[in-house]
Amino acid sequence: MSINTEMNVRVAAIDQVAEKVKRFRFERVDGSPLPVFSGGAHIVVAMRDGDILRRNPYSLMSSPHDQTAYEISVLRVEQSRGGSAFMHEHVKLGDQLTISQPVNLFPHDVRGRKHIFMAGGIGITPFIAMMDQLHRDGSQFELHYAVRDRNHGAYWRELSERYGNHRIKIYVDAEKLFIPTEAILSNQVLGTHLYVCGPSGMIDAVLGKATSLGWPKQNLHSERFLAPPPGHVFKAELKRSNKTITVGTHQSILEAVEAAGVDAPYLCRGGACGQCETSVLACDGTIEHHDIYLEPEDKISGKKIMICVSRVKGQAISLDL
Amino acid sequence: MLVQGIKSRPVYTGLDIDPNARRHLFALEGAGVEALLDQVKAVGSDFLKSSDILCVGQLPNVAAEDMWSAPTIPVLLNRLRVNLINAKMGTRLYLSGTEGFIGQTMKVALDQGIDFNSIRTEHRGSTARRVQCVHCKGITESVKTSPFQCSHCGLNLLVRDHYSRRLAAFQGVCIDAEEPGTAPPPVEMFP
Repeated sequence: MSINTEMNVRVAAIDQVAEKVKRFRFERVDGSPLPVFSGGAHIVVAMRDGDILRRNPYSLMSSPHDQTAYEISVLRVEQSRGGSAFMHEHVKLGDQLTISQPVNLFPHDVRGRKHIFMAGGIGITPFIAMMDQLHRDGSQFELHYAVRDRNHGAYWRELSERYGNHRIKIYVDAEKLFIPTEAILSNQVLGTHLYVCGPSGMIDAVLGKATSLGWPKQNLHSERFLAPPPGHVFKAELKRSNKTITVGTHQSILEAVEAAGVDAPYLCRGGACGQCETSVLACDGTIEHHDIYLEPEDKISGKKIMICVSRVKGQAISLDL
Repeated sequence: MLVQGIKSRPVYTGLDIDPNARRHLFALEGAGVEALLDQVKAVGSDFLKSSDILCVGQLPNVAAEDMWSAPTIPVLLNRLRVNLINAKMGTRLYLSGTEGFIGQTMKVALDQGIDFNSIRTEHRGSTARRVQCVHCKGITESVKTSPFQCSHCGLNLLVRDHYSRRLAAFQGVCIDAEEPGTAPPPVEMFP
């Protein structure tokens, strides 16, 4: 019972835009226009990989008002669970895929006087669409973008050319150039909003610095999609469906539930949105909460679990599904 | 007579000095000065070194970095607007006084892109309300009774807890529309 209405798309272009980063362009198979979205939105791409159905979220990076096609960028991850490897190695020009409607869990705050984006690596993608939208609206923004080296960093050259060096600042690890977070955050007009997307460590460091400089939490925004971490095999009893399934080492509960033909709600598949919150009826073992959605007291209570990323260390769990 | 239990009724949770804030900007009115003095008692006076105080009427007897007294609320609102335009992130805004004052100063802050949840507020002094007549849209200040007569169109208005942050006012609705002249007598509800 997912609220997604899936759309069939054809891969219209694949470009290697940086080392390990490919851009995919999707057009609707039936030729009809795609929905307009808002900068920061993502789609979930369904991939049929043999017997396995993978569903991975990717930020949309094309112009939000461009209805002819959607574009995403995929980083080839070393310890890939299969999604990024599948996109990089198996998806070819002309292939058909199924995508979800766009969902935005990372919108910009329209009340802001100014918007500051801080990106690390592939975390640049949502900001590309957001900047397109803000540029069109005539809103003030600037981007601070950290890349490992100039070959691994995607889109930095195009963005600098499009928006100018006064708005696009590039920091290259290999050249010992780092984002001067404190200097940037100490000198912004009141009413500025900050958005961070990148590795977890970077997000925590930037948000921690902003808080210590007196930025209120209402002006701080971040997006981290967590891939479901691997773990031990365990059993999951789906009480309402009257089924017992096995959750594999590299599988999330949600993926195992779907593989068993049971429909569970989801949106982000990354522990952020709260859509897949499920009641725990019993648990033989301890729940490993990997999400960033549940409140600490909910996690301690052991009565709720986000089945897209969290799992069980132990024998079995019984779920209200 | 009052219509209560409406979610938009503002809640004022107290000035609570934010230790992370780089600057503290206070807008105070009347008894709102007491809320600031209570904070000095509670956490000491260190925060005053990085504080700007705008106050309608008599300034509090404290040594803040910058202090300015305004003769009226509209004058203070102008000064506050300029202050906020020039302020940097890390500045925390604190509002204390009557509800009408908090509402109007908050409206200035909202226009500068500040989220109302990040503003610290404490209600002090009279509970008299600033009420908009939903019929003629005129705003009447310092309403102490419900119903009351709209100072603009003369209708008898029932005061609701329904509040508009955009207007910084409660909503007043005609109480005797079906049979004009049958309004119950005003009862003092907001001393």
